[in-house]
Amino acid sequence: MTTESAALGRPAPPRLVGPIRGLIDIYIAEARLAIAQQLQYRAANYMYMIGMVAEPVIYLVVWSTIAVQQGGSVGGYTPGAFAAYYIVWTLVRNINIVFTPYGWEDRIREGRLSAQLLRPLFPIVEDLGFFLGWKPVVVLLWLPIALFLSLVFRPELSPSLLQVAVFAVSLLGAYLIRSLNQSSLGLITFWTTRVGPIFQLYIAAELLLSGRLVPMTLMPAWVQSLASFLPFQWTFGFPIEALVGHLSNEQLFGGLLTQLFWIIVGAILVRVVWHFAIRRYSAVSG
Amino acid sequence: MRPLRLFGLFLRMSALNELQYRANFWLQLLQSGIAVGTGLAVLGLVFSQTPALNGWSQPELLAVMGVHILMGGIIGSLIQPSMDRLRNDIREGTFDYILTKPEDVQVLSSVREIRIWQAVDVIVGLVVLGVAVAQLQIGLGVVPALAFALAIVFGGLMIYSFWLVITTVAFWIVRIDEIAELFQGVYQTGRWPVTLYPGWLRISLTFLVPIAFAVTVPAQALTGRLTPETLVLAVAFGIGLLVLTRAFFRIGLRHYSGASA
Repeated sequence: MTTESAALGRPAPPRLVGPIRGLIDIYIAEARLAIAQQLQYRAANYMYMIGMVAEPVIYLVVWSTIAVQQGGSVGGYTPGAFAAYYIVWTLVRNINIVFTPYGWEDRIREGRLSAQLLRPLFPIVEDLGFFLGWKPVVVLLWLPIALFLSLVFRPELSPSLLQVAVFAVSLLGAYLIRSLNQSSLGLITFWTTRVGPIFQLYIAAELLLSGRLVPMTLMPAWVQSLASFLPFQWTFGFPIEALVGHLSNEQLFGGLLTQLFWIIVGAILVRVVWHFAIRRYSAVSG
Repeated sequence: MRPLRLFGLFLRMSALNELQYRANFWLQLLQSGIAVGTGLAVLGLVFSQTPALNGWSQPELLAVMGVHILMGGIIGSLIQPSMDRLRNDIREGTFDYILTKPEDVQVLSSVREIRIWQAVDVIVGLVVLGVAVAQLQIGLGVVPALAFALAIVFGGLMIYSFWLVITTVAFWIVRIDEIAELFQGVYQTGRWPVTLYPGWLRISLTFLVPIAFAVTVPAQALTGRLTPETLVLAVAFGIGLLVLTRAFFRIGLRHYSGASA
């Protein structure tokens, strides 16, 4: 039924949440596929990672310099604390790599979406599975980079067991929030292909409001209060500070609950946007 | 000057081609505007915590940002498009068609793709530079202006050499698409003067990836920090790099086996 109507360009909406067993099977299959693919291109993966590491190293150098100039610390962060913040940042960033909103344009233009619609599986679930499956490879490749950065920049870091546990769970939360929101964003491509400025604005907002650029405590008060109404800081600032900061137990568990809230919002949003977006889809090829 | 004539020819062709899509100019301008806004926010944040960064004042760092945007526009419009195409051609075997043309292979591969709308960043960079120079209130003499122009030209040539060297690697390792991401990441370091970075990184950003020569040195020329020795070093290193790059490209060429034939 679903397949037939999809081929006619009138798809019945695929289910976002199917039976749990089925979803787990899908994730395992996608994970295998992702691991096999990515291990083939180790050199390419590494180039990508080194290019990505430049960003936190820049922030780290700039803010460590300021901390030293201000007599050892700025906003409560010493160079060692900044080093911890930005090295953990590299892991969070790697976990946060999801299907890019720019990818939707290729997917639609080249007609690959038509093939995906034929499968009895929500395309965004497929993305979630594939990128999640890639993560073990990413973490494996990340370890030497983290070791190198730690030797060079000497992070100060002494998390409790609880902090490590909350950090690990928050990584999954961050991944899901960012995946779902970036998917909603990518779906704008169904209405217009001139999406560059929209995406760029979103990325700029994320940079400034998430703790990706600097720890949120260094931001002006009004930026911090603005950020508290948005999902961004739960994808960067919260996981990092859960591990390197001094959050109370209430803040740690409250943070996980807030992540859950944003996951639910993100899932509903992507579902609603998809509902309207897919009606506009008409395949050219594929 | 055959290379220049070829360059002019391809420039005219891509201009004619891209002028069909005029809306792209406004899109590009909007994107550049967002990038400048973000950059200014970051500078504002830094200077809300400190009066000077490693001896550089706010207008001086604005000048660095201007050069960074300007050079980014040169890379995006003149350098990277041809290199992307060269990399794809080598992978797919369509590089054969270049070899059959009665022109210098390196020159032809280097000027084939020009994206004129990307050059919006050159203008935006110049505007940011103008504001920075006005804020500096030291004026701009003829000698610093000439030194700046020379530094930009040789900085651009060094970035071109770097791009051609890494693209030449495609003759041996076929899949190197991520090299573009790698360069974009590393290029962001130029947003700040390289003197800020620890020694090993500063040296890498000077001689391994010539970002110091491409961004910091021109900015030094405008802020009265450039010594004649540095400028001479930039020119000499630039010429040396061009010669080495040409030799390396020829070696790579011999490893091209074709894929389509």
